[in-house]
Amino acid sequence: MDGKVLTIIIGMMIVTYIPRMLPLAILSRINISKGLLNWLSYVPVAVLSALLAPELLLKDGQLSVNLSNTYLLAAIPCFITGIYSKSIFLTVVTGMAMVVLLNKFM
Amino acid sequence: MVRSDIKEGIRAALPVVFGYFPIGMAFGVLAVQSGMSTVEIFMMSLLVYAGSSQFIAAGLLAAQASIGAIVLTTFLVNSRHMLMTASLAPYVRNINAKLLSLLGFWVTDETYAISIGAVAKQQKSQWFFFGLFITSHLAWLSSTVLGSVMGNFIPEPQKFGLDFALPAMFIALLILQVRHKKAIAIIFISAVLSIGIKLNLGGSWNIILATVISVTIGVLIDKWMEKSSQSLSA
Repeated sequence: MDGKVLTIIIGMMIVTYIPRMLPLAILSRINISKGLLNWLSYVPVAVLSALLAPELLLKDGQLSVNLSNTYLLAAIPCFITGIYSKSIFLTVVTGMAMVVLLNKFM
Repeated sequence: MVRSDIKEGIRAALPVVFGYFPIGMAFGVLAVQSGMSTVEIFMMSLLVYAGSSQFIAAGLLAAQASIGAIVLTTFLVNSRHMLMTASLAPYVRNINAKLLSLLGFWVTDETYAISIGAVAKQQKSQWFFFGLFITSHLAWLSSTVLGSVMGNFIPEPQKFGLDFALPAMFIALLILQVRHKKAIAIIFISAVLSIGIKLNLGGSWNIILATVISVTIGVLIDKWMEKSSQSLSA
């Protein structure tokens, strides 16, 4: 194995692991103020939405809100299934099936 | 108890496994093309275990970027996980700090999404997390290595809709997180910010910035509503 690649991998490991580990190890042990706790309680919806929105609405780095965007179209039945079933499995299966269908007919 | 918790964790990992396979294989193919060996790909997936930064690193390696540039870029891309593990921390006080330091290694976007959904419903033991995390990591390891070995012979993941498994999983987990109307407002603000920032700044700053800004707006709305209800009652 190449020395440069090994050095890069170890460097990447350190800078990836520390931000993942530190908050978990520290914040689970100290008493967090009510304000911070309230702030943190909004993080899950915000971070999931920030991750998801570009996946659905951007195509090749451009805003793509039209009928040729299969991900956006597939997301609609996905949301409906998710809201009514509250099931991760059903939502994922619906999404995958929709993408297969859309790729076939478009 | 231990057994059933591990099993529950493994089951919870299934959508992640679905989603990792096409992405992992794609990474394997691309990494070989950018000059990495299968052993190097295995080591990177084993020790770094962070999808988007691995793609970026392979691209930078091919472009002969320096060690410092690649490591710094990785840090910038992966620092978003701080927000995730910070929001997970209040729910895992039942697990001791040493174990949490170990478990933190396996927190990716996808395993975080599953974890936060699970602990919001009920407290989970370390065994649940070991089941979830190790299953997901094995899926990442095996799919990246498979991609590197099979090269361009892999079938198109789009044919099976596998490329949409992760976005669909995020949709389901997002819905499960909505417990009040304000959450919907935060979702919209964060989505608009994430896209606006990505279009204008590029890179991966959109996740951290959109999250911090939209969460802060949510907290400010809380304070403002508290004040206005106080002045109404007064």
